[in-house]
Order: sequence, then C-alpha cells, then structure tokens
Amino acid sequence: MPVSTIPFGPQHPVLPEPIHLKLTVEDEVIKEVVPALGYVHRGLEKLAGTRDFHQMVQIVERVCGICSMMHAMCYCECVEAMMGIETPPRARYLRLIWSELNRLHSHLLWLGLFADSFGFESLFMQFWKIREKVMDLQEATAGNRVIVSVNVIGGLRRDLSPEQQQTILNILDRVEDEMRLLEKPLLGDYTVMKRTKGKGIVSAARALELGCVGPTLRGSGVAQDMRQLGYEAYGDLAFEPRVEKDGDCYSRLKVRYREVFQSIDLIRQAMEKIPAGEIAAVVKGRPEGEGLARVEQPRGEVFYYVKADGKKYLERIRIRTPTFANVPVLLAMLPGMCLSDVPVIVLSIDPCISCTER
Amino acid sequence: MFPMMPAILRNFFSKRATRRYPPMTREPFAEVRGELKNEGSVCTLCGVCAVKCPSQCIVVDKKNATWQWDPFACVYCGVCVDSCKTGSLRQEPLYRKAATGREIVSVKIVLKEQTK
Ligand code: SF4
Ligand code: SF4
Repeated sequence: MPVSTIPFGPQHPVLPEPIHLKLTVEDEVIKEVVPALGYVHRGLEKLAGTRDFHQMVQIVERVCGICSMMHAMCYCECVEAMMGIETPPRARYLRLIWSELNRLHSHLLWLGLFADSFGFESLFMQFWKIREKVMDLQEATAGNRVIVSVNVIGGLRRDLSPEQQQTILNILDRVEDEMRLLEKPLLGDYTVMKRTKGKGIVSAARALELGCVGPTLRGSGVAQDMRQLGYEAYGDLAFEPRVEKDGDCYSRLKVRYREVFQSIDLIRQAMEKIPAGEIAAVVKGRPEGEGLARVEQPRGEVFYYVKADGKKYLERIRIRTPTFANVPVLLAMLPGMCLSDVPVIVLSIDPCISCTER
Repeated sequence: MFPMMPAILRNFFSKRATRRYPPMTREPFAEVRGELKNEGSVCTLCGVCAVKCPSQCIVVDKKNATWQWDPFACVYCGVCVDSCKTGSLRQEPLYRKAATGREIVSVKIVLKEQTK
C-alpha cells in the first residue's frame, strides 16, 4: 500500500483552534503523527516584565477564556503562598463556586463540540442551550460572561448576595434536570457508541507514563484529581474523582458528563457551608522567592511557577497548561485508527490550544 | 427507541431559546461591567486609574485637564473603578454598541479648586 501524508489543521472545521497534525496514512489507517504548535503564541508570560504583580491577575486570566477563573485563582494562590497571606474562609468558598461554574460551562461547551465532531448537530445545540444558562449566571454574578475577573491577590473582588446564591441554586436545578434528559441520547445512542467506543484507547499505565492529566487520565481509570489536594474549600467538601475504566473516547465522554453533576453537587455543598465574613485579605509588600501552585481545571492540572525578587515586577512566571500535558498522549492514541476517527479522538482530550501556547 | 424524544417534546412546548438580535435584546443584569463612564465632577486627575489599568488604556493629562479612555483597548475588568478613590468612575450595565471606526473617549475635567 502506498503511504501518503495528510495535514489535519491548522484550520479544521471540527476544531476552531489552530493545531497542525501531519498524519502519515496507509490505506486510511494512521501510521504516524507529527504535531506542529505555535500558531497562537502571544507571549503572555513575558508581560510579567511590564505589568506589576497585581495586574498580572488580569493577564493570566487571558491565557484561556474558558477557564479564566482557575488561571487567576492558581496565580493568586501561588503569590499568596509566597507572601504568606491567609485568604478569608468566605473567599475560599466563593472561589470554589465560581471555579465550578467555570468547569460547568467548559464541560457543557465540550459536550456540545464533541457531539458536533461526529455530526450530532441537534445534541450540540441542546448542550449549548443549557450552557447559556451558566453563562448568564456568570454575567449576572461576576459582571462578565467569559472572563469573570473576580480574583485579586488576597481574595475576591465580588461577593454573592443571598439572592444571587438562590438564583444560582435555582438555575442549577434546571441545568441538572435538562442534563438528565440528555443522558440517553448522549450515552445510550447507537451512533454515538459506534463512533466513540474502542477509539483512541490508552491504558492507565501508558497514560501515567506520558504525563497525562485531567478527565483524559480519569477516563483511563486513574483516580487523580488536583481537587483532592484540598486547595481553597475543596478540603471541606465531600468529593470523589469521577473515573471510567476503558480509556477510550466513550470513557472520556462519560467522565466529563458525570463531572457536570459533580460540579453542581459541589456548588450546592459549598452554598450550604459558606461562612459569612470578609472576602479579601489586606495585601502589603511584594512577593519574594519562588512559588508553585497546582489547580484542577476542566481539562486537567494547571501548574504555575512564579519567581520574584521583591521588586514591583515578577522575575519569571511559567505556566504549564493541561493540554500541553495531554498532547503526547493524543499522539499515542492516534496510530492504528482510521482517518475518519481523527476529529473525534483529537476532541476527546478537550484540546485548548491558545492555553497551551499562552 | 427514540432517545431524543423527551428533549424534543419539551422543546416543542417551551419558550424559544434564541432571540432576534439586534432588534430584540434582553434586560441587562444589574451588575454587568459595561461601558466605562467618568463623571468628571469629582475626578481629581490623580492618575491612579491610569496606573492600575492592566491594559494601559487610560491616559490622564494633568496639563490639559483631560481624562482619556480607549474603549477598544479596554478589557472591561473594572480594576480602574475599584481603584478610584473619589468614586468618579463607574461602569454602565450596557455594553458598547458595535462601531465603524476607532475613537478615544475624552472627558474634560474641571477641578474643584478652579471652580471655587
Ligand atoms: S477617575 Fe478616579 S482614579 Fe482616575 S484620575 Fe480621576 S479621580 Fe483619579
Ligand atoms: S475596565 Fe480595566 S481595562 Fe478598562 S479602563 Fe478600567 S482598568 Fe483599564
């Protein structure tokens, strides 16, 4: 059989973000994959030299639109740890609530896009219709739809009034109800199973070896979730990572579908336990030394490294995003698969390219 | 047999999920961070907002007594509003309309001392 090379991306209908995969195929079966990244590099880490460490909160929010809240939270946690700031308990719960709202809308976005990747357009519309409710919640509570911008070093800039908390709970009830209605068309559908079961299998050992993170790792049967570290208020709430065994696209789909309910449950628990009080600690001085922080984003573990020498500007900030860690495992999933399965498998890791390239 | 049926039936008997934008818009939420406004009457031209703004889109010109804001570079984060001590800045709950050209919003500030 002659071997041919087919480019996937950087412009591809299934993925609005630019990643280029050079696929070597033999009779439509993938033999080799070579990725090319760097189409949307923006140099955000370099901006640490021209924006002070307070302004960097707004910069890191823009690393990724979908999980902006978690980027800012991770950065703030890192700097707070370096400066020895204790955030007030209420701020820890509020951060949890907003980050779970972020996770909710991110997973709903992905569920829609994934349905779209195998051509199930009506399901895509259903998920995005539900997602709109969560976006409206973010807009009503934080002031912005996408980049919620609620974090400051030391705590938060916005509080949730009792009425707002009730609105969130009411709308989440409806979200949950509508999600249950879509369980069968998503997980019990013949076509969906045909397109996702047994595709892009990666074993638990291989996933760990390649440094895979997040729902992609949990879809392979490894119960690892950074929320288990108990940062912010996660330590106070009952929480078990969602795990599926098979390691194929269907498992990853199931993990994310179940995590939507987990997020709703976490927000409900947090609303019950949230204490009253201050939402931000007083911040004096400047960070010095080195700091690390890890946070579980919708796509997996994000890692922040900050180095400072007590000046106004940080010396170095380094961001390792979850998709960066998941690209090697994607390359391991593809060989042996059919060309028509590539969009589904690529989407199954929930790639966020602009995040990866910062 | 027809797994999508319950969702389809519910959609039939519920309100439409979309609206005909732009003629039809929904009420803005009260706390939305929309267009930035400088009242002007209490602004002291201290320049704190210009220093704090992460996208560096505010220019405070003390000599000509103007406060300038570039709405196209602004990211609507609200940091300037939070940092203004005099309460001269606020954000409307409405977003700016689409524009055909770029413009800089300039507000002439009359300082209190001068009006006395
Ligand atoms: S708007 Fe507020 S912060 Fe900005 S110059 Fe005027 S008084 Fe100072
Ligand atoms: S809202 Fe943010 S970006 Fe816009 S002028 Fe104020 S501080 Fe600058």
